[in-house]
Amino acid sequence: MIEAVQKETDIYLSNFAQLERELADEEPAWLRRVRKAAILRYFELGFPTRKQEEWKYTEVRPIARIPFKPAQYELDGLTADKLNQLTFGNLQCPRLVFVNGHYSAELSSLEGLPDPVEVHSLAQVLKEDPDSIEPYLTRYADYENHPFIALNTAFIQDGAFVYIPKGQVLKEPIHLLYFSTAPEEAAVAYPRNLIVLEGNNQAVILESYVGLGERKYFTNLVTEIVAGENAIADHYKLQQESREAFHIATLQVHQDRSSSVRTFNVTLGGALTRNEVNVVLDGEGADCALDGLYLISGRQHVDNHTRLEHAKPHCDSREIYKGILDEKATAVFHGRIVVQPGAQKTDSKQTNNNLLLSDEALINTKPQLEIYANDVKCTHGATIGQLDQDALFYLCSRGIDKATARSLLIYAFASEVVNRIKVESVRVELDKYLFSWLPKGHLVKEAV
Amino acid sequence: MLEIKDLHVKAGDKEILHGINLKVKAGEVHSIMGPNGSGKSTLAQVLAGRESYEVTAGQITYEGKDLLQIAPEDRARLGIFMAFQYPVEIPGVSNTYFLKAALNAIRKERGEEEVDALDFLNLVKEKMELLKIDEKLISRPVNEGFSGGEKKRNEIFQLAVLEPKLAILDETDSGLDIDALKVVAHGVNSLRSKDRAFIVVTHYQRILNYIIPDYVHVLYDGRVVKSGGKQLAIELEKKGYSWLGEETVSAQLVN
Repeated sequence: MIEAVQKETDIYLSNFAQLERELADEEPAWLRRVRKAAILRYFELGFPTRKQEEWKYTEVRPIARIPFKPAQYELDGLTADKLNQLTFGNLQCPRLVFVNGHYSAELSSLEGLPDPVEVHSLAQVLKEDPDSIEPYLTRYADYENHPFIALNTAFIQDGAFVYIPKGQVLKEPIHLLYFSTAPEEAAVAYPRNLIVLEGNNQAVILESYVGLGERKYFTNLVTEIVAGENAIADHYKLQQESREAFHIATLQVHQDRSSSVRTFNVTLGGALTRNEVNVVLDGEGADCALDGLYLISGRQHVDNHTRLEHAKPHCDSREIYKGILDEKATAVFHGRIVVQPGAQKTDSKQTNNNLLLSDEALINTKPQLEIYANDVKCTHGATIGQLDQDALFYLCSRGIDKATARSLLIYAFASEVVNRIKVESVRVELDKYLFSWLPKGHLVKEAV
Repeated sequence: MLEIKDLHVKAGDKEILHGINLKVKAGEVHSIMGPNGSGKSTLAQVLAGRESYEVTAGQITYEGKDLLQIAPEDRARLGIFMAFQYPVEIPGVSNTYFLKAALNAIRKERGEEEVDALDFLNLVKEKMELLKIDEKLISRPVNEGFSGGEKKRNEIFQLAVLEPKLAILDETDSGLDIDALKVVAHGVNSLRSKDRAFIVVTHYQRILNYIIPDYVHVLYDGRVVKSGGKQLAIELEKKGYSWLGEETVSAQLVN
C-alpha cells in the first residue's frame, strides 16, 4: 500500500528534476543545497497516511492520486477590476497579486509604502539579491519532519518577501492575494512567504487565497513570520479556494522578546484543507493570539493543527478556534501547547468551540498540553454543540422567523472570535462574508 | 379573543394537561394559579407555540383562527406574547437590535411601516423609564449577565415595546423582590386596555395584589378545578393548594 502511494507521488520527483534543469546554475549554492535536502526528505517521508498520529483524521490520498503539474502564470482574462470585487478588494492598501503562485507585476500595486520598507516578489529577490534573504529563508519552517513543508521548500520559486526595518509603523495593511485561475490540467503551486519585522515596529499582513469555480488544484504553501524584539504583527489569512481545491498550509511564527503577534486563520473554501500554525515564543515577555474560524458545508474537510511553544518565561498566549459545520462537513482541531523547561510564568489559554448544524457533520477535537515547567498557568477547553433550541424558540416567540433566528444564533457564535479582529476593515470584510453565507444574512446584519 | 377547548397535552410519554377549557375576552385579565407541576407553565408554553409539547386533543382558537396550526413567529406577529419564566441568554445578539427586528416583523404583519432608528430609540427610552431599566442593559446582549430581576423586567419591557393583544406572563413574579414586583406590576397595569388581554400565570397570590385580575382559575394536576373572581386568590393564599386535591377527588367520586 505504501509503495503504491510512493509511486503515485513520484510525479513530484520528475517535476523537481525538471525544475532543476530550468534553474540550471542560476541560483545560489545555499538554496540549491536546501532544495536538494528537502526533496530528499520528502522522498524519505512520503505522503502521510492515517496510521500517523498527526494525520489520523485527515486522508491525503485524494491529493496523492492526482498527478499535479507545476502551475503556470496564466491570467485567463483576469483584471485588476475583477480582483477588486473579491474579498479585501476595496481595501486601499499595497497589494501583491500572485496568479497560480506566480507574481503578477501588472496586477500588483505597491503604492503608499514608506521607503525603507521592502516588499518584493520572492522570485525577484532570488534573482537580484538572494544573499539578503539567506539568514531567514528556510530557517524556521522545519522541512525535516514534514513532507509538505519539504515539498514546498524543494519547489521554492515565488511568494512574497516583506521586510520591515526597525522603527517603522505601517498604517495600512499589506495584502498578499493569491488567485488561482485553475487551468484544465491539474496544477500545484507552492507559495512561499517570508515576513520579517526587524523589531520595534508594527505591521498588518493579510493573506488571501482565492479560486473561483469548481476546478481542482493544489496549493501547498508556507509562510514564515519572524517578529524581532518589540515587534507587533497582525496577521490574517483568509482561505476561499474553489470547493474542489486542496489547500495545505503551514504558518511558522518565530517571536523574539516582548514581541506581540496575532494571527487569525479563516477557512471558508477548499475541499480539503490542512492548516498548521506553529508559534515559538522565543523571548521573554512575548505574547501571541492564535485565532481561527472555519465555516464549512457540503463535504468540505478542514484540519487545523496548531502548536504553540513557550520556550522562554513570562510569555502569554490566547487561542480561540471556532467551527461551524453544516451538511456532511468534517473538521479536526488539534491544539498542542508545549511549555519548555524554564518557561516559568507562562500564561496560556486555549479554546475550541464547535457548532454542528447537521447530524452528519463531524468534528474531532484534541487539545494537548505538554508542560515541563512548574510555575505556569495553562488551561484548555473544547466544546461541541448544536444550536440552542431554547434560544431559537425565544427569538421566534418574539416574531423573528426561524431562518433569521437560526442565522442570528450562528452569527452570534462566530462573532465572539470575529470581534477579536483588531483591524476594523478586516472585521467588516469578514462580517460581510458571514452575512452573505448565512440564510437571510441581510436581516442578521441589521440585528447585530 | 382566545378560546381553549378540552386541551390535552403531552410532554414525552406523559400527559400533563388533561382537558383544559378557558375563554378570554379582550380587555380581561385572567390569572391561572396552581402548585408546582400542575401544568401552568405547560399551558403558557403551548399558547406561545413551544414544539416540545404535543397537543393530543382539543383546540385553541385565537381571533377565529386555529392557533395550533400557526408557527410561533406567526403567533407573535398576530399579537401573542409570552413573558418567559426563564428568559434565555443569547450572547452575541444585542438586546436593542433583536427587539427592533422583532418589532418590525410584527409591524410588517400589521401592514405598518417599519420604525426608523430614531423613532425606535424614543420608543425604547420611554418604555425603559416605565420599567426602570438601566440604559446599560439595553445595549448588552440579550439577557446576558442580567440578574434574575433584570431578566424579568426585560420581559415586561419587551412586552411594552411590542404591544401584543394577548400577553401571557409565565411566573413573572417568581424570584422578584417587592420593589421589582411593584415596578413590573406598574408596567403591566399601564398596558391594560380594552383591546388587550392578559393571562397571569403564578404560583403566589402576591402579584395579584398589584395586578387585579377579573378571573382566577386554579389548575391542579392538569385540570382547571376551580374558577372564580379575585376573592379566590385570597382564599388560596390562606388555605394553600392541598385542600384542592381532596375536593377534586371527592368531586370525581360524586360524579
